[in-house]
Amino acid sequence: MEYVIEMLNIRKEFPGVVANDNITLQVKKGEIHALLGENGAGKSTLMNVLFGLYQPEKGEIRIKGEKVDITNPNIANDLGIGMVHQHFMLVEPFTVAQNIILGSEPTKYGKINLRKAEKEVQELSDKYGLRVDPRAKIRDISVGMQQRVEILKMLYRGADVLILDEPTAVLTPQEINELFEIIQSLVDEGKSIILITHKLKEIMKACDRCTVIRKGVGIGTVNVEETTVDELASLMVGRSISFKTEKDEATPGKVVLKVDDLHVNDSRNVPIVKGLDLEVRENEIVGIAGIDGNGQTELIEAIAGLKKTESGSILLGDTPITNLKPREITEKGLAHIPQDRQKFGLILDFPVSENTVLQTYYQHPYSKKKMLQYENINEYAKRIVEEYDVRTPSIHTKTSALSGGNQQKVIIGREVDRSPDLLIAAQPTRGLDVGAIEFIHRKLVEERDKGRAVLLLSFELDEILNVSDRIVVIFDGKIVADVRPEETNEQELGLLMAGSERKKVGGTE
Amino acid sequence: MVDLLQSIIPPALFFSAPLIFTALGGVFSERSGVVNIGLEGLMVMGAFVGIVFNLTFADVLGSWTPWISIIVAMLVSGVFAIIHAVATVTLRADHVVSGIAINFLALGLGVFLTKEWYQKGQTDMVSRPFYTTNIPFLSDIPIIGPIFFKGIYLTSYLAIILAVVAWYVLYKTPFGLRLRAVGEHPMAADTNGINVYRMRYIAVIISGLMGGLGGSVFALTIALNFSQSTIVGQGFMSLAAVIFGKWHPLGAMGAALFFGFAQSLSVISSGIPLLANVPQVFLLIAPYVLTILALAGFIGRAEAPRALGDPYIKGTR
Amino acid sequence: MTSNRLFNILVPLISVFIGLLAGAIIMLIYGYNPISGYAALWKGAFGDLYFFGETMRQVTPYILTGLAVAFAFRAGLFNIGAEGQVIAGWLAAVWIGTSIEAPMYIHLPLAMLVAALAGAAIAFIPGLLKAKLGVHEVIVTIMFNYIALYSANSIIRNVLTEQADKTEKIAATASLSSEWLATFTSFSRMHYGILIALFAAFIMWFIIDKTTIGYEIRSVGFNKHASQYAGMNVSKNIILAMVISGAFAGLAGSMEGLGTFGNMSIQAGFTNLGFDGIAVALLGANTAIGVILAAILFGVLKVGALNMPTEAGVPSELVDVIIAFIIFFVASSYMIRWIILRFKKGDN
Repeated sequence: MEYVIEMLNIRKEFPGVVANDNITLQVKKGEIHALLGENGAGKSTLMNVLFGLYQPEKGEIRIKGEKVDITNPNIANDLGIGMVHQHFMLVEPFTVAQNIILGSEPTKYGKINLRKAEKEVQELSDKYGLRVDPRAKIRDISVGMQQRVEILKMLYRGADVLILDEPTAVLTPQEINELFEIIQSLVDEGKSIILITHKLKEIMKACDRCTVIRKGVGIGTVNVEETTVDELASLMVGRSISFKTEKDEATPGKVVLKVDDLHVNDSRNVPIVKGLDLEVRENEIVGIAGIDGNGQTELIEAIAGLKKTESGSILLGDTPITNLKPREITEKGLAHIPQDRQKFGLILDFPVSENTVLQTYYQHPYSKKKMLQYENINEYAKRIVEEYDVRTPSIHTKTSALSGGNQQKVIIGREVDRSPDLLIAAQPTRGLDVGAIEFIHRKLVEERDKGRAVLLLSFELDEILNVSDRIVVIFDGKIVADVRPEETNEQELGLLMAGSERKKVGGTE
Repeated sequence: MVDLLQSIIPPALFFSAPLIFTALGGVFSERSGVVNIGLEGLMVMGAFVGIVFNLTFADVLGSWTPWISIIVAMLVSGVFAIIHAVATVTLRADHVVSGIAINFLALGLGVFLTKEWYQKGQTDMVSRPFYTTNIPFLSDIPIIGPIFFKGIYLTSYLAIILAVVAWYVLYKTPFGLRLRAVGEHPMAADTNGINVYRMRYIAVIISGLMGGLGGSVFALTIALNFSQSTIVGQGFMSLAAVIFGKWHPLGAMGAALFFGFAQSLSVISSGIPLLANVPQVFLLIAPYVLTILALAGFIGRAEAPRALGDPYIKGTR
Repeated sequence: MTSNRLFNILVPLISVFIGLLAGAIIMLIYGYNPISGYAALWKGAFGDLYFFGETMRQVTPYILTGLAVAFAFRAGLFNIGAEGQVIAGWLAAVWIGTSIEAPMYIHLPLAMLVAALAGAAIAFIPGLLKAKLGVHEVIVTIMFNYIALYSANSIIRNVLTEQADKTEKIAATASLSSEWLATFTSFSRMHYGILIALFAAFIMWFIIDKTTIGYEIRSVGFNKHASQYAGMNVSKNIILAMVISGAFAGLAGSMEGLGTFGNMSIQAGFTNLGFDGIAVALLGANTAIGVILAAILFGVLKVGALNMPTEAGVPSELVDVIIAFIIFFVASSYMIRWIILRFKKGDN
C-alpha cells in the first residue's frame, strides 16, 4: 500500500525540551488516521512540523514517496497538505468567501473578483454538503459553521491531506456527528485525514488507524479494528490507569450552597443561565456535567461574584451572596480554582510567594496598616510550597517559570488552605499530567472528608464520574438531571448533556 | 452665504490636505497592525527634506521644483519609516515607544542638519512653493466654481484623489484584503501563505511615504521654511483623524477635512459673525475633544483592528 | 533568576553605549572630533559649579516626569500625557503663586499641592475612560496634551493676564529658589526642587514595593483578570494609578513654575519634559532608583549639549538624536537579549 504522507523518525527540539523524539507517522491514501496522545505529548508539534511551521532536527518527510523539505506553510499548501487549527484561523470581520480566497484571490484587472470567488465557494460547499453561505460574515456564524469554513478553505487550496487538530473540542454532539459525516464524504472523494485527538471513543468510532505518541516519543501505530479503548488508553498514558479514585461513601450534611432560579447573561448580554436551581451540601462533591457553552462558566462566575446576575438568589450557608463583590464572597467562605489558571488564577509575573496571598494580602498577618509584611508572606509561601508539593527552585521564583501542574498546585494550596465552606474547582486538571491529576483528585476528596462542600466543573466525563458523589447535568442554562455516578454511565450522561430526556428512573429526582 | 462659504472652504481644504495625506498613511500602517505614533516624526522628515530639496534645486528645476520636492520628501520619509518597521516588526519593540523615538529622531536630525547646513535654527524661505490656481472652466460655474475651484491648491485635489485610491486599494484589491487580514488576525494570514512581516513592512513604508508627502505639502504650502517648530502636532492631529475616521480611508479623509475646517475657522473666525464670539481656544481643541468623544463611544464606536499593537511571532499561538 | 536581573541592568547600559556610539559616528561623518564633542558635553554638565547647578535643575523635573510615566507603567498603563499634566501643574502652581498671599509654610506647599492636583485631574479622565469604557489611554492622553497646551495658553492670555505673553512672577513665599544654592552654584537656577524630586522617588518606591496599594497596582498591571478574581477593584486601581502618575507630572510642572522660571509663558510647543519622561522611565526600567539614574543621564545630556556648539561646534540637537537611539535600543531589548544570549552560548 502506498503512503501519501510519511514522517520518518522525526525529532524536534526546543530550548531545554525534546518535543518530538523518533516519531514515525505513515498515512495511507483515503484513510482516517488518528494521532493520539495526552495534552502536551507533542501531537501539535509534530503536525506543525508537517505543516512547515517548525523545522525538524532529524528525520525526513516523504509525500507520495518523494522526499520533501517543508520550510513554510506555503510549501505544505503546494504539496496538498491543509490544516484546520484548533483555534480557527479566520478573520472575523471578513465574509466566508473573503476568508477562503485570502492569499490566493481570483482577480480581474487587479480587482478581487468576489463574485467568482463566491460562486466557487458555493460550488465546493455543495459538493461536500457543507451548507455554508459564502456571503455571511464570520462573526455572525456558529462555531460549527466556522469549522466547515476552515475545511472549505483547505479544499479550495486543493488539499489532499487534511489535518484536523482537536476538531470536536468546541462542538455539540449534533455538530460532531455532522463533522464525521463530512469527514466520511471527504474520504469517499479520495482525501486523506489526520485527526489529532485525545478522545478515545471518537477514534474507535470513526478512524481506520491510530498512531500513539507519549511524552514526545512515538509508541506505535495500531489498526483501530484490532484494538480496544482500554488498550488505546494504556498506550497513551503508559500504564493501565485506574479509573477510580479511592474514596469512602459521602455523608452529605447541611446545605452550603443554594442557587435558586438563577438567571445570568453572557458577555454579549444574551441569557445563558435560565432559571437554574442547585444545591451543594457539606461533605459532598457535586460534579457539573455539560457541553461547554451551556452556562456552566457563567454559573460559576455568578457564584464567585465575577458576573452580575439578572435575577434569582445565591445563598452561601445562610448568607445571601447574590451580586456581592468577589472579595466579600471570598471573605464569606468561598474558594475558587478558576477554569483558566493562567488568565484568572495567577499573576504569572509575580513570584510564587506573592501569588500565595493573592486574596489575603490585605489581611493580618500579611499586612499591617496597609504595609506588606514580607516575613509573614514568605513564611506562609514556604509552608504552602511544602505541604502541596509545589516543585519550584524558590518561593521567589517567577510563577511563570513553573510547570502547569505546579502552578495549579500553588492555586489549590492557596484556595484549600483558607479552609473555605465551599470549594469550586473548575476544570482543575485540564492539561496536566497523570501524576498531577491524581494528586488533585485526592485533594478534592480530602477536602470533602473534612466536611467541605465541593463543586466540580469538568468537561471530562471520566473525571466527573470518578470524583463526584452526585452529578448534575447542565443543558441550555438549566440543571436537567441529578444522578448518582454509580447509577449512570458515559452514554447516558452524553445523551442528557445533549438535551434528551432521561428515560431510566433511578436518580434522586 | 456664497461669500461666506468661499471664505471658509478653500482655507479648510488648504489646511486639511497635509492631514489627509498623513492620515491615509496612518490608516495603512494601523490597518496592518502597527501603531504609528511616529506620524509626527514622518511629517517632520517630509517637511525638512521638502524644504531643503526645494532650496537646493529651485534654480535647476524651475517650476517643477515643488512637485519634485514632495516626491523626494516622500521617498526619504519612506526609507526613514523602515526604522519603525524594523523596531516594531522584526525586533518586537513596543509600537508606541518606537513611534516616540521616531519623533525624537526626526526632529533631532532635522534641526541638527539644518544647523549644520544653514548655520542657524531655521532654513531660508523657499522661492518655489505651491501657489493657488483657478481650474479653467470649472471655476466659472456659478456658486460651486468660486467655492471649490477658485484659489485652490492642486495638492488639495491630490489629497482627495489619493483618499479614494487608498479606499480602492484597501477594500477592492488582493493587497488590501491581505493587509487588513494581517492587522486583524496575523496568524490566519500566515497560514494562508501571506508573509505577515513583509505586509507590515510595506504598510509602514507606505505610512512613511504618505507622512513625507503630508509634511512636505504642509511645508511648501503653509510654513515655507523648516525649523524646530514647523511641524507641531499636525502628525498627532492626523493620528486623531485616523481614529475619528474609524481606520477607514474615506473616514480619515472626512475627519481630516473637518479638523482642517476647525483649524481654518480658528484663523478666520473673527470675520464670521456667528463665530466671532466663540473663544479661539474652543476651535483649537475641538479636534482633540471630538476624538476622545469618538473613542469613548459618544460619537459612534471606533473599533481598532484586532491585532493592533501586537507583535507577531511566528510559530506561537 | 540572576540572569534576568543581569539583563535588566545590561540592557539600559548597552543601549546608552550604542546611543553614544551612534552620536560619535554622526560627529565623525560631519567632520567633528567625537572626543572633543563629548568632552564639551561633559564640561557643559559638570565643568564648573554653574553647569552642575543647571544640570541638577534639569534633572529635577526629569525625575518627576520619569516617575509619572513609570508609575503608570507599573499598572500596565502608558501615560503619554505627562506632557499635558506638566503644563497643567505648571499653570496651577503659578496661579497659586501669583494670586494669593500667605506665609511660606502655607503658600509653597499649597502651590505644589494644587499643581499635583491639577496634573492628577488631567490624568483622571483618561484613567476613568480606560477603567470604565476600555478606551486606550495612549490616544486619550495624547489628545489631552494638546487640550492642556491650548487651554493653558488661553488661560494665561485671558485669565491670568490681560493679553500678555507671560504671567507675573510668583510671590517669594511660593518660590523654591534658594539664594544659598544659587550662590553656591555660581548663580545657576538650581533650586530646592531636587529634594522634592528625590523624596517623590522614595514615595514611589515605598508605595509600589511596600504597601498593599502597590501590590494591587502591580497585580492589575500584570493581569487584570486575575486581579478581579482576587477581589481587587480593577477600575479603582487603574484610575488611582493614573491619578498618582498625573500628580507626579503636575509636581514636575510646579518645579518649572516655582523653581526654574518663577512664572509661565505662552508655550508655542511642548516642554518635552513629559516626552523625555517616557525615555527616563524606559531606561530606568520603571523603578524608582532606575528613574533617578536615568534622569541624571538625560539631564547631563540635555544641559551638557548646550555647551557643544560653543566649544566643539556641534549642534546641540545631536543629543536628541542620541536620546532617540537610546529609546530605540531599550525598546528593542529583544535584540540586545538575543545578542547577549548568543555571546553566552559562544562561551560554553
